[in-house]
This record gives sequence, C-alpha cells and structure tokens, in this order.
Amino acid sequence: MEAFSPLTATLGGILIGLASAVLWLGNGRIAGISGIFGQLLPPAQTVVWRLVFLVALVAATALTALAFPQIGVGGAEPAQLAAPPAAWSIPTPVWIAIAGLLTGIGTKIGNGCTSGHGVCGLARLSLRSLVAVIVFFSVAILTVTITGIV
Amino acid sequence: MAVLRLPYLATAAVSGALFGAGLYVSQMVDPLKVLRFLDFTAIPTGGWDPSLAFVIVPAILVMFVAVRLGRQRPAPLFDTSFHEPEYRKIDGRLVGGAALFGLGWGMSGICPGPAISLVAFQPDGLWLFLAAMFAGSLAGSVILPSGHNRRLADAAR
Repeated sequence: MEAFSPLTATLGGILIGLASAVLWLGNGRIAGISGIFGQLLPPAQTVVWRLVFLVALVAATALTALAFPQIGVGGAEPAQLAAPPAAWSIPTPVWIAIAGLLTGIGTKIGNGCTSGHGVCGLARLSLRSLVAVIVFFSVAILTVTITGIV
Repeated sequence: MAVLRLPYLATAAVSGALFGAGLYVSQMVDPLKVLRFLDFTAIPTGGWDPSLAFVIVPAILVMFVAVRLGRQRPAPLFDTSFHEPEYRKIDGRLVGGAALFGLGWGMSGICPGPAISLVAFQPDGLWLFLAAMFAGSLAGSVILPSGHNRRLADAAR
C-alpha cells in the first residue's frame, strides 16, 4: 500500500479551495491553472496578475517544502517525472514532450484542467465542467491501465 | 486599470501562494502519487492510493461556499464584475480537448497546477514538459481560435 494520506490530502484540498475562493471573491477570476499559464503572452494587461500568481505558487511550494520536509515529494525521494513503460522502448524525453503537448492542447481546446473544470467548475455546478471532468478522468485512468505506467 | 492595482495583484499573490502550499501539502505535486490514484487496476490488490479524491472534494466544497457568497454580491472586491464563463454548450471541442488532456495526464501524472508547482523541485525533464505544454496551448489556440479568443478579448476589456 503506497502511503494513502487522507489527512494531508484534505488539508491540501482545503488550501486549494481557499486559493480558488480568494481569487474568485477578490478578483472575480477562475483559478484555472491551464488558463492562467496558457494566457501568459502579451498584449493582455492581465499577464501581470497571472505572472504574480504563478511566481507566488512556485515560491509557496518551495517554502512549504522547507517548512514541512516530512510531508515530502514521492516519500523521502526527490521529485521525479514518470518514465514511459519499459517494454515500449520510447525515449523518456519523447514521452515527456508528447504528454506536455497533449496537456497543453487539450486544456486549451477544452477550456480547462483539474483546477478550472475540476475545482472551480464543479463548485459552480457547471454541466460543461462536469462533462470535462468525467472525460479527462476516464481517459487518464484508461491510459494508466493500458500503459501500466505505475 | 483595476488589474494593475496593488490589492488586485496582492489577491493574485495570496491565491497563488495558497494554491502552491495546497499542492505541496496534499502531495499532488508528486506525479507518481497522482498516477497511483489513476491506477484503478491496483484497487483489487489494495495498492490503490485514493488521496487525490480527498484533495479535490474539500477543495470543491470550499469553492462552492465562495461561489454562493459571491452570488450575493454585485461584484468581486477588486474588479467590476465576476468573470464567470458564459459559454454553456457541451460540444466536440470540450469533449475532445478533455480527452487529449486526459491522455497527457495519464501519461505523466502531471496536470497544469503541479507542472508549475514542480518548478520548486526542478526534476529532470520538467522544463521540457513545461515548454511542450506551452507550445501545445499555443497550438490549441491556433487550431481552434474562434470562440475562446473572442471570450478572452471580452474578458480583457
């Protein structure tokens, strides 16, 4: 059994919910990371707040990691990305690049990811988001089943 | 311009910080832990890690309350209106886009939030993933520019 962590998971979930709540009630914006990241190009003046948000996100990740090293990433190991299934003989960088590309295209075309559709959309009782969430969770679970990547 | 004032940017910073802290504390920053949730084949053997569900449900509940609170107000604190997505149609773009994202997510265990959050740890291959994700996002807006960009233009006004 790989470290099921309901307590830290719930605590982290509350923090993510608060993050979304603050951005919504403060600025009227959906805390959808794919949207915030994908719209980082000028000319929009909204680039500034998006950059501020993302820098704060990285800084807070680093600071909480310093403050609570016992939570850790991947147990006590350093963070690592998943490798492709060994039997498929695909070079890891190719696998990573394809996964990143699909994530970028998919979240742009589908207008959201786990945060925008998953957290904010479901909280707004959006039917569009519910459909998106069901589709991307199902496809991801199917993908993991086929690749046996875990 | 409301979006360049200090309270507005400070709100973005506080939100980003809470988000980053939440991703680390919940361990959703770890791609392998996310993959262990997505691996339903491990359910019969007892090796499944249901943690992700314990992250997203409270997050939704907190945001649900915030959305209710917001509906009682004409506008958010630091802008003139709530930027609620007004597009309601369930179409091929939504389903197709979600499917492509699901495929990428299942290959890597990385969705956009953790992708950014991982910059704090700089694992091998992360910058490649981020560059590919950004390129994919650009490609997506070139392939299907119409509706989304028009809504973006509306939002930026």
